[in-house]
Amino acid sequence: MISYWAIISARFRSLLQYRSAALAGLVTQIVWGMIRVMIFQAFYSSTNAEQPMSGSDVETYIWLGQAFLAALPWNIDTDLRSLIRSGGIGYELIRPVDLYSYWLSRALSWRTAPMLMRAIPLLIFAFVVMGMSPPVSWAAAAAFFVSMCAAILLSSAITTFLNVTMLWTITGDGVTQMTFGLILIFSGMLVPLPLYPDWSQPIINAMPFRGLVDTPYRLYLGHIPVSEFAGVLAHQLVWILAFIVAGRIAMARALRRVVVQGG
Amino acid sequence: MVLDSLFVYRRFLAVSLRAQMQYKASFLMQLGGRIIVTAGEFMAILVLFDRFESLIGWNVYQVAFIYGIVNISFAVADAMTTGFDLFGDMVKTGDFDRILIRPRSTALQLAGQELTLRRISRLTPGLVALIWAAMHLDLTLTVANVGLLTLSISGGASLFAGLIVLQATLAFWTTETLEMMNTLTYGGVETTQYPINIYRPWFRNFFTFGIPLATVSYFPALAIMGTPDPLGTPLWFQYIAPAIGIAFLIASLQVWRIGVRHYLSTGS
Repeated sequence: MISYWAIISARFRSLLQYRSAALAGLVTQIVWGMIRVMIFQAFYSSTNAEQPMSGSDVETYIWLGQAFLAALPWNIDTDLRSLIRSGGIGYELIRPVDLYSYWLSRALSWRTAPMLMRAIPLLIFAFVVMGMSPPVSWAAAAAFFVSMCAAILLSSAITTFLNVTMLWTITGDGVTQMTFGLILIFSGMLVPLPLYPDWSQPIINAMPFRGLVDTPYRLYLGHIPVSEFAGVLAHQLVWILAFIVAGRIAMARALRRVVVQGG
Repeated sequence: MVLDSLFVYRRFLAVSLRAQMQYKASFLMQLGGRIIVTAGEFMAILVLFDRFESLIGWNVYQVAFIYGIVNISFAVADAMTTGFDLFGDMVKTGDFDRILIRPRSTALQLAGQELTLRRISRLTPGLVALIWAAMHLDLTLTVANVGLLTLSISGGASLFAGLIVLQATLAFWTTETLEMMNTLTYGGVETTQYPINIYRPWFRNFFTFGIPLATVSYFPALAIMGTPDPLGTPLWFQYIAPAIGIAFLIASLQVWRIGVRHYLSTGS
């Protein structure tokens, strides 16, 4: 366990070095958030009908989305890709740690460090300047925190799964691009999930992607009451487990026939 | 001279396309993925109209029409300027020196560096949206409409290309491409795929007078659809507005030339 902790913290510290990229990302996301907020405000001002989510809730949902954007499984680990390309993967295999847990630990810090660097200043900006609302209650805040941790774990499990597919495809770009498209649509990043047509709700709710965005944000807003917390957390945990099992099986298969490139 | 340049440009592109088709499976998956992402944005428009029915007086077809113009323009510009995207790295490694010693203009060589096929993926949802909207809006194929649509898309592609050239030009001084400039290109697409009058005045003015993206999408689209502008611009302005995009590209290429003159190789 100590060795995994060391992997997480070493990677965390190296990722915290990229501060200017973080600043650029911060500005981009603030502008992006403002564009999206204005679009939704325009839609809300066009109707008097009762909507499944209030306009101010949608605004807070958008800012949470911008703050935690970097936690989504949107790309593959290029360091691992060059290891696979160069044959350096051979060294990975002889490390005295379980390879899957090692990759998952890497993914965990990779999804957390850049996200924290952006989230904190962005949330401060959104609270002070854009009038984002705080969690509805202390209980909601606690539920949000736990569910957000589960979201990061889910994101890391998906990332690791995508990384494992590189053992077959070497580039991994195609699979990642497809997965990211699905995440964008079905997590709530593009449109908050409650606004989708009513008939599509059961399908969207069964899919894993809401656990990345929609579940924690709606707990924050109280749109999912704390009383339903156990149920939605279970949904996240089941999918985390599913991706870990799938990743482990895929990795075991791949390693049985691994060809170390280079020499 | 111009014909000769076009010939060289075509040869550059043919080489680039052949290279990309070497990795067919990966290429097809990336193409599919990108189409999902762009189509997702169009789907978001459909979902929101399904919920809200109108957007301050606009209907879904009018918005889809503007969405189509903007995304087609950006797809064309993006595919043609990949070389400028990679320019920051060329400055860092000194590879730009090689471009300078060849007997062709630097802008032409960079534009012909690579026609990234997968970037055309934006074109598909854009075209689908445009045609779908045109059919429901009962637009007629008059010479004026087709001409203005062509001008609008060429103006849009020129404007986006101009922005990407400007972003690359900055690398002459900073030796790295500035990610923040992506806010203008991608943010510009995101913004102007909705009618510009839905935004707050300062923001709308920025994309009309600062980075004139509205002049190549929103205004000409109104003229084609025959919709009076809620912002009150006259019809003649809506017809000439897209020319601003072409002027923008010409100006950007002038700035690029100044950059080339200032270029100091990083050596090595």
